[in-house]
Amino acid sequence: MKRIFLSAIALMSLLNLRAQSTGDSTGFKSRKLKIDEINLVSSYYSQSGEHAAVTGGIGSQKLSDIANTLDIKLISYDKKLRKHTFDAEVGIDHYTSASSDRIDLKANSSASHSDTRIYPSLNWTMENNRKGNGIGAGLSYSSEFDYQSLGVSGSFSKKTHDRNGEFNIRLQALFDQVSDIKPVELRTGGNSGEDESYPKQNRRTLAAALSWSQIVNERLQVALMADVVQQSGFLSLPFYRVYFNDASVHQEYLPDTRFKLPVGIRASYFMGDKVILRGYYRYYADSWGVRSHTANLEVPVKLNPFVSVAPFYRFYSQTGTRYFAPYGVHTAANDYYTSNYDLSTFQSHFVGAGIRWTPLKGIAGIQKLSMAEIRYGHYTKNIAMNANIVTLNLRFR
Amino acid sequence: MKTHLNKYVLFVAGSLLLTLAACTTVKEYQKNKLNDAEMSLGNRKAEKTELNFQSYREGSSGANGGKNGGGCGCN
Repeated sequence: MKRIFLSAIALMSLLNLRAQSTGDSTGFKSRKLKIDEINLVSSYYSQSGEHAAVTGGIGSQKLSDIANTLDIKLISYDKKLRKHTFDAEVGIDHYTSASSDRIDLKANSSASHSDTRIYPSLNWTMENNRKGNGIGAGLSYSSEFDYQSLGVSGSFSKKTHDRNGEFNIRLQALFDQVSDIKPVELRTGGNSGEDESYPKQNRRTLAAALSWSQIVNERLQVALMADVVQQSGFLSLPFYRVYFNDASVHQEYLPDTRFKLPVGIRASYFMGDKVILRGYYRYYADSWGVRSHTANLEVPVKLNPFVSVAPFYRFYSQTGTRYFAPYGVHTAANDYYTSNYDLSTFQSHFVGAGIRWTPLKGIAGIQKLSMAEIRYGHYTKNIAMNANIVTLNLRFR
Repeated sequence: MKTHLNKYVLFVAGSLLLTLAACTTVKEYQKNKLNDAEMSLGNRKAEKTELNFQSYREGSSGANGGKNGGGCGCN
């Protein structure tokens, strides 16, 4: 809480440096770069379960993660009055994990007991309001002890003549490196695995995300989303154990390509004057045999013009990959094998609520603190796993 | 996979046709309800960490404006 307060003070100082207003009654738009908004998001995630992939599908999945992201959005207009948006974000996660701790089989003492992930990103978009189109580009990076990821993206959008529909395409490439950290009993040379450099394995993801958003009438808008994703390279995780039916232990071994096809539809409907229905459905299929249905409904209710409460419920049903089997079931005849229960057949429920404040004069009298949102969610799988997550979002403008 | 590709194309085409058939043109001054922050078709900032953990704890991801890869999520 102290960190959030100090961050808030720092952000307010930063906001005081912002340049002059971009618009006035004459329609004049300043071309100076200015801060549009700053978002500070903090979340705490905690899970428990008894199917850890590190220990071959048995053992504690106890994990906690604290995530903080700072997102600064800047805008400016060029000579042709095209709007340029720069979005700079940096995130830091710190987790402790009971299952990762078992890579070295020394509870609460191994290097893998906890880790910190840092993930900065920078995105730029340019919107031409007169023509109704836009382009964008982005760079992202993510780093943790055993995993690095570099991402590049480009996007294009085009609005319909009546500005009621918009097509968007985003192409993304992710180049990841996984450190080949084997479970301690599978390492050669008898070393503990600490203080050494590990060989790297490459993983590449190419994705095209297409979407069409459309205003249907004064109260309803919908969006159709479809992704085409091709992954190649080392798609297993080297420290996930798999125990065969002869009690021998192996590293997880999965195909080196994976083709994913998720398609979704989202709709928002304003019912009456106070209630909004936000619905989402997704169907997913991939070349490993995973199939899933996701349905989500959120119902924000406006208690007054400045406060809304939004209960939500999400249902997820998954048919697992053909390469999954529980502890001690795989045989030497299997070409590929995993005991990661995240790839098994299961159903999950995610239920919770959020509350959002947007007072005219700022929160607690702080003019620049324009919005605060707190969300809590409880997640359960029908395979003995559950989690809780609480998130706080503060917006300054 | 081919059967699923066919379903996929049918779903997109069917949804697109149904949506377009029901549309009326809405002028800028008629968009006060559509412009409400709660009506957003995108994910809110506070949902991002939820989407992250779901993509790690489930075998599916994508078609939600979230990420398609990057980061380990292996614990």
